Amino acid sequence: MSRPGRDEDPDRLYIVTGGRSRADTDAFDLVTLVVAESEPALGMQSEHVKILRMAERPTAVVEIAAELRLPVSVVRILLGDLLALGRITARHPRTGAARAGGSSLPATDILEQVLVGLRNL
Amino acid sequence: MDSATSDRRPAERTPLSRSADNGLKIVIVGGFGVGKTTLVRSVSDIRPLNTEEVMTQAGEGIDDPSAVRGKTSTTVAFDFGRIGLDERTVLYLFGAPGQERFWFLWDRLFAGTLGAVVLVDTRRLADSWYAIDRLEHHGTPFIVARNDFGGPAHTGEQVRDALDLPAHIPLINCDARSRESSKAVLITLVEHLHALSSAQESAAAQETHP
Ligand SMILES: Nc1nc2c(ncn2[C@@H]2O[C@H](COP(=O)(O)OP(=O)(O)OP(=O)(O)O)[C@@H](O)[C@H]2O)c(=O)[nH]1
Ligand SMILES: [Mg+2]
Repeated sequence: MSRPGRDEDPDRLYIVTGGRSRADTDAFDLVTLVVAESEPALGMQSEHVKILRMAERPTAVVEIAAELRLPVSVVRILLGDLLALGRITARHPRTGAARAGGSSLPATDILEQVLVGLRNL
Repeated sequence: MDSATSDRRPAERTPLSRSADNGLKIVIVGGFGVGKTTLVRSVSDIRPLNTEEVMTQAGEGIDDPSAVRGKTSTTVAFDFGRIGLDERTVLYLFGAPGQERFWFLWDRLFAGTLGAVVLVDTRRLADSWYAIDRLEHHGTPFIVARNDFGGPAHTGEQVRDALDLPAHIPLINCDARSRESSKAVLITLVEHLHALSSAQESAAAQETHP
């Protein structure tokens, strides 16, 4: 038994499902670190308050989602609100890749940093 | 049984350092029960956390009574852990199911990922065919780690043949329950990425200074 040929085009799936995620939800990567820039204000939506409390220290989008027990897509929308209000800042991942996403590789200096960290575990 | 009860890491959130400013990610992909969560748990600074991603798809032609105005949504759960690498850098590890219907989750996870580990159980190698196809198609670099469940001994060559795995892609053995072994899996991946990236950088330097 062996893996079948690769001529079946996986892009078919994109067409059937009407494409991938929209750009506005891609502003926050799963591992973008969110930092609160202000205290919660009176009358704020409770999820916004919770996010600001969590993000007193840098906190990844995915950790916020896990803590709030909300889907990541919902958390991205809440974060978008807070960002627009200037209540948070976002520290986006830097892999040193020439192009974001796609097939471009992380920069060697970033990878060396990762290796040092892993070997020291 | 889950080993969460014997996990001595604190249940409350452990915040990152104030100086943390770069979140990186590696994806562990593989079939049901192949050891993804176990591997993440073995190396993570925190107890693995669970969350979900929802994908709204055009439901045209899909026979789904819950479809509203031609849209249907799919939810997929995934877990993750994290490793603080230094004062500024933190590595997130995501465990993602390898089945075809979760393709949309991988596209999200793979975007911007350093690379992936395909975890395989030699008793069920076919479970990983689709994941390997997707990674190749997406251009995400990966290695294959063979988690030992005590199945029949296969040679590396047999596994490579069954996976149609090119010779330059590392294939290693691991025990996801062991921290040292799981660490070695991650190091093998990052060394592989480093070799690929070095080759690319020197090729680019050749172009600019022939
Ligand atoms: N013998 C052996 N058992 C393992 C190994 N890794 C994991 N297991 C066991 O296999 C079972 C499944 O492991 P999980 O880590 O939950 O697998 P998973 O890939 O996260 O599973 P799903 O998320 O359900 O797809 C658990 O009971 C583990 O203790 C291994 O290297 N060797
Ligand atoms: Mg799991």
